[in-house]
Parts: sequence; structure tokens; C-alpha cells
Amino acid sequence: MSTTPTPFAANATDYKIPDKVMSKINEIASQYPEKNSAMLPALHLIQDEFGWIPPSAVRQLADALDTTPNKVYAVVSFYTMFNQAPVGKYHIQVCRNVSCSLLGSKHIVDHLTSKLGIQPGQTTENKKFTLSLVECLGACGTAPVMMINDTYYENLTSGKVDEILNTLA
Amino acid sequence: MNILLNYERNGDSHTLKSYLKRDGYKSLSQLKKYQPAEVLEEVKRSGIRGRGGAGFPAGLKWSFLPKHTEKPIYLICNGDEGEPGTFKDRVILEENPHMLIEGIIFSSYAINAAHAYIYIRGEYGFAVRRVQAAVKEAYDAGYLGKPVKGTKYTCDITVHQGAGAYVVGDETGLMNSIEGKKGQTRNKPPFPAIEGLYGCPTIINNVETLASVPYIIENGGANYAKLGTEKSTGTKLLSISGHVRKPGVYEVVMGYPFMKFLNEYCGGVLGGRKLKAVIPGGSSTPVLRPEDCENMTLDYESISAAGSSLGSGAIMIIAEGTCMVKTLKVLTHFYHHESCGQCTPCREGTGWLNKIVGRIEAGQGTMDDLDLLTSITKHIAMHTICPLGDAACGPVDSFVKKFRDEFVAHIELKKCPYNSTFTRLQERV
Repeated sequence: MSTTPTPFAANATDYKIPDKVMSKINEIASQYPEKNSAMLPALHLIQDEFGWIPPSAVRQLADALDTTPNKVYAVVSFYTMFNQAPVGKYHIQVCRNVSCSLLGSKHIVDHLTSKLGIQPGQTTENKKFTLSLVECLGACGTAPVMMINDTYYENLTSGKVDEILNTLA
Repeated sequence: MNILLNYERNGDSHTLKSYLKRDGYKSLSQLKKYQPAEVLEEVKRSGIRGRGGAGFPAGLKWSFLPKHTEKPIYLICNGDEGEPGTFKDRVILEENPHMLIEGIIFSSYAINAAHAYIYIRGEYGFAVRRVQAAVKEAYDAGYLGKPVKGTKYTCDITVHQGAGAYVVGDETGLMNSIEGKKGQTRNKPPFPAIEGLYGCPTIINNVETLASVPYIIENGGANYAKLGTEKSTGTKLLSISGHVRKPGVYEVVMGYPFMKFLNEYCGGVLGGRKLKAVIPGGSSTPVLRPEDCENMTLDYESISAAGSSLGSGAIMIIAEGTCMVKTLKVLTHFYHHESCGQCTPCREGTGWLNKIVGRIEAGQGTMDDLDLLTSITKHIAMHTICPLGDAACGPVDSFVKKFRDEFVAHIELKKCPYNSTFTRLQERV
């Protein structure tokens, strides 16, 4: 089970942003009139690397962009896509907004809950799946919809959810 | 009539090759014939109104730029598409990105901007990759990064991916987001046309607005204005979802009758059920009852006369048998979640709206709660920096007003008179 995010926990493991990623961040920063504009692209790269935004990476990014860790953390905590704690290998995000609700997203969530044995906001013990409820994903015409990592799965039924889960190793 | 969806959905419409086959970038070769002010004039003449939701005339917006400035001018394409029910820009970004790029080149030229940013909501990873690939193709083919044939004008485009925040759909929130800050909105004035991105004059338009520009230039603003109604010119992309048989994105000429659109284009209400309610322009536009929609046409004037707004053109259909209190609860939860926390009336108010609608839905509400809801919306609306506060109030006021009997039933019965979960309707064709 995941715990409440503690972004600046003293005992947080140190994650070092790899040089390759850092040079990409610097390259992106040089393409904008202000370095700080590389903030979101950089955080996306960091999350691609670690699956979440570790506190040590926040500090390194602050140095790279000539800003302060609290300004980076303000951004991390503002945008819903940045994970402030580790998530499972597959992050399942089910839309809970109007069109998906009208077409039964609740059933999809219930099905996932019983199948994975976790509630929304939790991660399975083997760290394979994290289940989240999210707001409108902008795919209302193919509701109900979920996103696993960065792929959309649309027109869901419980049978289709089973098929999708079976393909995930 | 298809201006924006002028292609077969065969899976390669996003490529440069396909766009060239449709005479894409053809009008761009005529750019040398126009002065920037002339392009602006054509767009003004077309009467096209901003397709993001507010419906502000695009050409007029452009003319707010300072006549003389030492600073660079920026163009931003707003692809943050976050209004629940809206998924039309996604179709342009994924399936017709070159039309958008051509529109951006024309528009940037018109406002003397050398650099444009396309901001795409974070969740649209696929659209981001499609647009990035199209931008690369356009650079390789010399449409971007080099002077446009016969002119000294060069346009550059940067694609910027968001990270999940509804409030960033507001133009000043979006600028802060590009600057690498929290996407909180800024007080106006100064308006973005005077002081926007990096403190420079900035014009920001929706994806659909900019993608319509190549057609306007090629056919002339006056011809575009002949389409649609007097105050709603051109075509509009409509994204229709909910209890409808054939959901999706459709392009219609403004002024098309709504009921005809629902029944003929979209196959009517799912499962042949009766229509109960329509949210006509995205989640923040007031809900309508079927009788309000009978003679309504799909344009700004008619929907506003019916008591709502065309907004982003996101129509949500709700069938008989659906609990309206529960539907509202989904929306109040959304606005509470998305409030950026900057203005007290919105931050606290959306929380209370959600709490009170929640307790009514759970059968624990009182009759006083209905007045309380209206009183809270009065204190939010027009008392916040950005329109998110007002957006949260639209659904609350209209649901309570138009479906008051259902709220009263929840309070009197002390439970939901409907099946407590939403029922899944199948029978999609």
C-alpha cells in the first residue's frame, strides 16, 4: 500500500538524475527565452526516469534551472500528473467525470478494485498496479475511459478491462 | 460541410503527404501577396469567434496588440482542452496537425509574431507526439524555420506539454505554465495583448480557431462569414457524448437545428430513452431541459437565448432515469478539485458546494441547503480572478433551478430516488 507523500522526508533515498537526462534538460532550457520554462518538460523527463518525482531530483532540478526547491515543489504539487510518491509499474487512471460516469465508470472502478484488491489511491503489494480516479481525460465520446501510463483505453467494459490487464506483464 | 475535418479517417491524415494532397500549404505560397494587416483584416471580416469557449471575436482580439513595441510578440495556441465534455481539439491535433500549423503561420504573420507556442494538455501524450512529428515535417519541408517563399517572414513553433490542470485552460494560467510556474491565473489588466508571456505582448487562440485560418485566407473572410448566422459565422466542431447513440466529433455549419443534429447525425438518445437534460457547451454551461432545446439552433445567439451557452461546443446528453443530483455531484467534485486555491471565494466556495450537494445526494440535506447553494454561488461568481469560479456556479444554479423537484425529493425521502449507481446503457451502434 502506498503512503501519504512525504516529499522532503529526511530519510528519502537519493536519486541522481542521470547525466544524459540532465543534458537533455539543459538543452531544452536553452531553447526558451527563460530557463525556467524547461520546468514541465524536465519534470516529465524525470518522471519518465523514476516513475515519480523524488525529492532529491527536485533539488537537482532547482539547481539546474537557477531556482529554489520550493518553487519546483510548488509546480510538482500543482499539476496532477506528477507523482509525489512512487507508483506501480502500471498506473491505472480511470476518468470519473460526467460522460464516463453516465456510461458506467463506477462499474469499471469496482471491477478493477475487486480484481486488483486495492482501493483508488493504493498500489498493489507487488508494486505492479496503482489505481487512481482522475478528472476528465478528454475522451468523452469513447467513455468510459482509462489511462494506463500514457496510453488511453476507451469504450471500456469489464470484459475489455480483463483483456487489457492480461496483456500487462 | 467539412472545413476542419476535410479528410478520410483512414489513419494517415496527420502526415504532410496527406495534407499536401488536400492542397494544404497552398494558400501559404500566396502569403507574399498580403501585408500582415491584410491577413488580420480577412480574419476580422470572417467574424470567427474564439472556439475555446468564450466566443470572443478572434480578429478583434488581435487588434488589441500595441501598434509599436520593442518587445517580441508571441502567439500561443491553446490546446489545453480541459472542459469536461470537450474532445474536439484532440481530433485536430491528432488527425489534422498540419492545418493547425498552417493556421499558426498565417496568424503569427498577421500579428508580427516570430515565435508561436502550441500548448497541449499533459494527458494528450499521443497528440503531443503527433504534433511534434508534424512540426518536424514542416521544418524539414521549409514551412517553418525559414523565410516563407517570397517573403522575409520566418515562423518558429515550439510544442509545450502540460501536466494536468484545468485552470491552465485560462490564458493567463497557461502563460504561467509555459513560464514553468504553477498554472495560477493573473489579474487583468494588464491584458495578455499588452503584457503576456515573458511580459511581452501575446495573443492566445484556441486550436480550432487557428486551424480555421487557412480556409479563411484561401476563400476570403467575407465568404467564411456567409456560412452560419450573422453573429456565429463558419463551422463549429461539436463533441457530443453521454447518453447518445453515436457520440463523437462532428463539424456543422453554425445555426443547425439542435434536435435534428441529435437525431440525424448522432442517432438520438441511447437505448431509445427519452431525453432528460442537455449540457450544451461543456460542463460549466447551464443545463437545459428538453423543452428549452426544441427550437434551439447550434450557434451562440440561439443557445444563449435558450438560457445557456455554446461554450466549447461540448454537448452532453442525459437520458431519462438519470439522477441529476448525482450528476451535479460529479461536477461540484470536479470544480473543487480544480480550483487553484488562489481566490478565497472559489477555493472555499467550491468545497462547500461539493459538500452540500454531496449531503443532499446522500439523503442528509435540508430545504435550507437549496437556498444556501444559491447564496454561495452568488458569493463566488464575479468575485474571482479567473472564470473558474463562475464556471463552478453555472451548473449548480441551473441544476437546482431546472431540476428542483429532484433535489426536494432527495431531501424529503432522505435518500436517492434513483438506483444509487449510474446504470450502464449499451446498445451503441
